[in-house]
Amino acid sequence: MYKYDKLDQQIVDERVAQYRDQTRRFLAGELTEDEFRPLRLQNGLYIQRYAPMLRIAVPYGMLSSKQLRKLGDIAKRYDKGYGHFSTRQNLQLNWPKLEDSPDILAELATVEMHAIQTSGNCVRNITTDQFAGIAPDEVIDPRAMAEILRQWSTFHPEFALLPRKFKIAVSGTKQDRAVVQAHDIGLEFYTDTNNKLAIRVWVGGGLGRTPILGSMIREHLEWQHALTYCEAIIRVYNLHGRRDNIFKARIKILVKALGADEFRDQVEAEWAHLKDSPNTITEAELKRVDKYFEPMPYEKLPAHNASFDAAIASSPAFASWVKRCVHPHKQPGYRAVTLSLKPTGIAPGDATTEQMHAVADLADEYSFGELRVSHEQNLILADVKLSDLFALWEKARKHGLATPNIGLLTDIICCPGGDFCSLANAKSIPIAQAIQEQFDNLDYLHDIGDIEINISGCMNGCGHHSVGHIGILGVDKDGSEWYQVSIGGKQGNDASLGAVIGPSFAAEEMPGVVQRLIDVYIAERTPEEHFIDTVRRLGVAPFKAYVYAEKEVSHV
Amino acid sequence: MSNLIRLMNGEASVVADEWQTVALPASNEVERKQAGKVVLFKLTGENSVSAEQIAATVIPANGKILVPLSVWLARKDELLGRLNTGELGVWLHTHETLDTLLASVDSLDKFPIIAVFVERFADGRIFSLGTLLRTRHGFKNELRAFGDVLRDQLFFLKRSGFTSYLIRADRSAEDALKSLKDFTEPYQGAADNPVPVFKRYSRSNA
Repeated sequence: MYKYDKLDQQIVDERVAQYRDQTRRFLAGELTEDEFRPLRLQNGLYIQRYAPMLRIAVPYGMLSSKQLRKLGDIAKRYDKGYGHFSTRQNLQLNWPKLEDSPDILAELATVEMHAIQTSGNCVRNITTDQFAGIAPDEVIDPRAMAEILRQWSTFHPEFALLPRKFKIAVSGTKQDRAVVQAHDIGLEFYTDTNNKLAIRVWVGGGLGRTPILGSMIREHLEWQHALTYCEAIIRVYNLHGRRDNIFKARIKILVKALGADEFRDQVEAEWAHLKDSPNTITEAELKRVDKYFEPMPYEKLPAHNASFDAAIASSPAFASWVKRCVHPHKQPGYRAVTLSLKPTGIAPGDATTEQMHAVADLADEYSFGELRVSHEQNLILADVKLSDLFALWEKARKHGLATPNIGLLTDIICCPGGDFCSLANAKSIPIAQAIQEQFDNLDYLHDIGDIEINISGCMNGCGHHSVGHIGILGVDKDGSEWYQVSIGGKQGNDASLGAVIGPSFAAEEMPGVVQRLIDVYIAERTPEEHFIDTVRRLGVAPFKAYVYAEKEVSHV
Repeated sequence: MSNLIRLMNGEASVVADEWQTVALPASNEVERKQAGKVVLFKLTGENSVSAEQIAATVIPANGKILVPLSVWLARKDELLGRLNTGELGVWLHTHETLDTLLASVDSLDKFPIIAVFVERFADGRIFSLGTLLRTRHGFKNELRAFGDVLRDQLFFLKRSGFTSYLIRADRSAEDALKSLKDFTEPYQGAADNPVPVFKRYSRSNA
């Protein structure tokens, strides 16, 4: 993975000093709350319901074991001994003290980490596929470009105070796993007909209050121009995006208001001036950064391993874990492993200090000392030998990291919700837990098969509810918490937004509602259909009828 | 005591302000509001300065003056003499666009100073305006930020091409000077230095 040189290190060190002084001035009353807010936000510090929340950047989800150990230490020393991995592939601490935040940043800087631009109205952490570099369907490893974008966007002076937050995702696979169409800018890398690296540019996608899929504004952009083209897009947005209404301020609203064609014309007119300007990426720079993402020093292994096959045959529990949590790899004899942070009874994405240390050890022992955070809020060991999988599984199990539920109903994406977040209308974690408890039979879960349930505690959509096969959104009705249910959302190349099935439900009704949706699916599915396929074939009506039929009867 | 920071040959210092900023008189028109804030963005196409305001703007008879863009455009005949003696600069709101300004002179460098008024420090349009004036339109003279100008935005203002900063009256310009040096080697090329770090240094792999 990328390693800092002197220049990178100097920037994070200077940031710590700058932020330390800003915090000092705030605490001394020299900065008002309004003046300090954007400063602390651009360093990831929210003032939350009970305490500040600090969001630490994990650029494009890559972590070293050393960094994860440090995160575990920080969680113990400055927080309550756990952290929350978010859908932006970042780590959030829920209970740090404002006064401690400069020290936390100083500790992070010692392991080449920071919290720069993890919040606020600026370019946020660049995200990508958690299987970048190892996925068999990968065309281009997008991580070098993600790092180049990270550096370019860090303290970009022109885009330091945008109308609203700005999220960029990059992807280099046939099957999009980075949800590029749900980002302010999505860069889809591919190899063009001349065998050159090129980019498809999507703009104006987003979840949140007004979920919308992005529009493709350029089919073919040569990679050298990635930065200048993004500058053209963001400049048009910075100058013309709405600043009068926070709910209308995202770029998607501007793209919609102008129309994608007009927006594209404005970007192209701007880019005509920026094309080939000094921020154009050089071959040498791409090469330099690419070096950090070269394939690991893999052993030459056969595609099969006898001890692995034997373990599968003799241990059904291991076999079911492999089925759900082990993923294909480019290199013969290797696999990627998802360590589930979604066991029943734990807030999705939460990891304790002990678990972070344990995962760091596992990464050192089995996966070249590196790991990734997925936007589904799990941890990934990307380069594990087939012959090591059984031993890894046994150790992961001891630490509660081997729940074989990846991609199943209990692998719920969930924001921190009303338990922690001051924006939330409703709690989300207890809903996830109640649903997980309703479906605690593993055989049944496997029978239900692939399904994604996404829960957000408010319109801002941090839990990506609008692209959940089942999406659950917390809403506020007369001061009490209700949940609106949608079905048919999906991430990926054939992304779609879910349709709301009807009036919202009380918290205690939610496990039953999900159960009824599943009942309809089980009754109606054809042998090869996943839940989402059945919803797409039948539409919302039969699901709606069954869910609300029950509701009416019970209310009589 | 002046609250103006000026950057000269890379060195910043607090200097006396030789320009009188001419303000627009208050408008009698009710501003159209939406969600509590004034709607002032291009999509509405609204003209935010009225003809009455422009006519009522009081222009000092002597000295160097910074006038609102709308006043310069509407009262050009009256002001042209001052421009020719180097006594006239213009200032813009962050929601104004540069096309009318550009069309009003054969070269922007006729103006010894252009200023941008930022009503709220969080309004980042000022950075794009500065960048465009410097990089697209080649403006070479003093570029000033005034209004809600605070030290924590100075580094970005400098990088966006601004060379003078009138710090908000209730804050210390001396304190603010320090923030111009927050970062030694920024990553990306910008208006003050167009060359990105990967072209300034040979960054070898460790």
